[in-house]
Amino acid sequence: MSLLGIMGAQFRRDLALVWKSGAAAPLGFFLGAAALTPLAVRPTTFDELDQLAQIGPQLLWIAAALAALLVLERLFQADLEDGSLDQMTLSAAPLEALVAAKAAALWVGVGLPIALAGAPAALALQAPPAAIPAIATGLAVGMAAFIGAGLVGAAAAASVKRGGVLIALLALPFFAPPFIFGAAAARAAVLGDPFGEAFALLCGIALAAAAIGPVAAAAALRLQAE
Amino acid sequence: MARVRLSVEGLILARGGRRLFDPLTFATTGGAYVEVRGPNGAGKTSLLRAIAGWMRPFDGTIRFEGVEEPALAIAYLGHRDGLKPLLSADAHARHWRALLGGDGDSAEALDRVGLSAVADLPVRAFSQGQQRRLALSRLLIAPRPVWLLDEPAAALDSAGKRLLAEIVSDHVKHGGLVIAAAHEPLGPAPDQILALA
Amino acid sequence: MITALANPHRFLAFARWAMPAATVAAVLLFAIGLPWGLFYAPAERLQGESVRIIYIHVPAAWWALGVYVFMAGACFVGFVWRHAIADVAAKAAAPIGAVYAGLCLATGSLWAEATWERWWVWDARLTSMLILFLTYLGYLALHAAIEDEERAARIAGVFCMAGLINVPIVHFSVDWWTTQHQGASVFRADGPSIDPSMLWPLLVMALAYAAAFAALLMANMQAEIHRRRVEAAAARRLRAA
Repeated sequence: MSLLGIMGAQFRRDLALVWKSGAAAPLGFFLGAAALTPLAVRPTTFDELDQLAQIGPQLLWIAAALAALLVLERLFQADLEDGSLDQMTLSAAPLEALVAAKAAALWVGVGLPIALAGAPAALALQAPPAAIPAIATGLAVGMAAFIGAGLVGAAAAASVKRGGVLIALLALPFFAPPFIFGAAAARAAVLGDPFGEAFALLCGIALAAAAIGPVAAAAALRLQAE
Repeated sequence: MARVRLSVEGLILARGGRRLFDPLTFATTGGAYVEVRGPNGAGKTSLLRAIAGWMRPFDGTIRFEGVEEPALAIAYLGHRDGLKPLLSADAHARHWRALLGGDGDSAEALDRVGLSAVADLPVRAFSQGQQRRLALSRLLIAPRPVWLLDEPAAALDSAGKRLLAEIVSDHVKHGGLVIAAAHEPLGPAPDQILALA
Repeated sequence: MITALANPHRFLAFARWAMPAATVAAVLLFAIGLPWGLFYAPAERLQGESVRIIYIHVPAAWWALGVYVFMAGACFVGFVWRHAIADVAAKAAAPIGAVYAGLCLATGSLWAEATWERWWVWDARLTSMLILFLTYLGYLALHAAIEDEERAARIAGVFCMAGLINVPIVHFSVDWWTTQHQGASVFRADGPSIDPSMLWPLLVMALAYAAAFAALLMANMQAEIHRRRVEAAAARRLRAA
């Protein structure tokens, strides 16, 4: 079977697992986390709603980054524990390609739904309707960047029991660049400023993460198999 | 196809700075059944994982001849079955065919291990023995010349053990190489016994 | 030299005289550099006496980064050639680098208080250093969380090397980020321009930090090698019994 065929099979298997094991949990978490700040500041007047609008898009990015951290924990841990990782190393496809397929499945299964849910969430956070497409698109690219940048941390801590906090600590330094560009693009979109530069830089970060992340993660996973 | 040949010379494996067994040298070829014996902690699993290419030898060499890429000649069945509780037996079979490049008939393989009636059920509904049978079917779905089996009889009932012995004998008869770590004899008469100490 | 030191015996023989020598050098350099910078060097025209903190702050920033590059190099050697001593070096360097980064953050905070009466400002350099500090903490936590030491060293090494790629990207992002808000910001991205009368004590302090790093690194490595030997000997006795 061709490389793309094998990657496709891995992609479909992981996507099926994401759906069956509850893709709703990270989605619900994302919405809940986005709602926390309005609950805390309790905007009751129009002035206060306008203040919320100032930071609304950035709040969405915080919630999206936290949701990405949560789903990264189980990405490789399950495969390492149940022996699937062993079988992956015996495939004709290089481990890097299989890791990329797994990451793509996570993005489609969790990242895209979160980006879509970002649209109503942004409205609730007082973003102008005209800015919604830009915000959702930015979140979609941003989730790809988060997943790609988090791969190495997820792979490095895959053998650590209850490694969720550790993976979060490992992934955070890699989250900083997409976070900066993504939140800046969302903010510019809300204010009606040009957001092209920030968005282009975000796309560049996502591409770099998608290219380097699987290579680094596969190197760490091979060491896990020893 | 040339018969696969495996030669191990002066192999030393270490874990946590501790040597697992005395330097090990042996050679074997396709058409042989090799049984690895030894007490717990003797390094049976480590030996199989080193042959699979996952664990690096502390010293010595492991060489395959007659295969282009050792990783693509090896089938591994370990303590962990490599199963996903949420996916059906059928889904596993299809995935293995793609991942490991099998041209085996998956329906026939599932039938042989006695799972064709439950092929549509998710694996979480399976007993331990049924899960092991499903893992066994991987050897038939994605045929590979070298089988590395780590305690393959664990969790199998007596019928399952007979089935395992049959599958192993068949593979050896057709020129395959089987190396199994086993507490008690699997059934087929070993061509070689490696006692680790 | 690197290959000669790859052998633990030879490293220990080398460190037996090099570690005290580096310690003496560090003490001397600090004895010269600290009074020079803190008392004798001229105060800066705009910022006055508070600028003297740069003699502690700036070398800490340089070497927090320098130690990380050293660590990533050691991890690379350990990853490719599997030299045990390279793994030991990386593990020994991490806490020192983390302390340097922490020192840089603490003095940066003091400096911000003295200059802008704010205990923290989100300027590009401090923010980059904060991320580097987190990367150090992640490396240390990962190393500690994996039980098998050899695997811990290799896997943490992969993380460390990936972190090295991340450092310039983070630096670029926060640079871009602070220049975006230039209009609203009172903070300049560049520090005070350096006068030669300030440069010399600064360089002495940079050397002092380097010597301190060398001395602490060798001390940590010695302790690590001895600890491993003790554990191996204990394991042997246990098996013999």
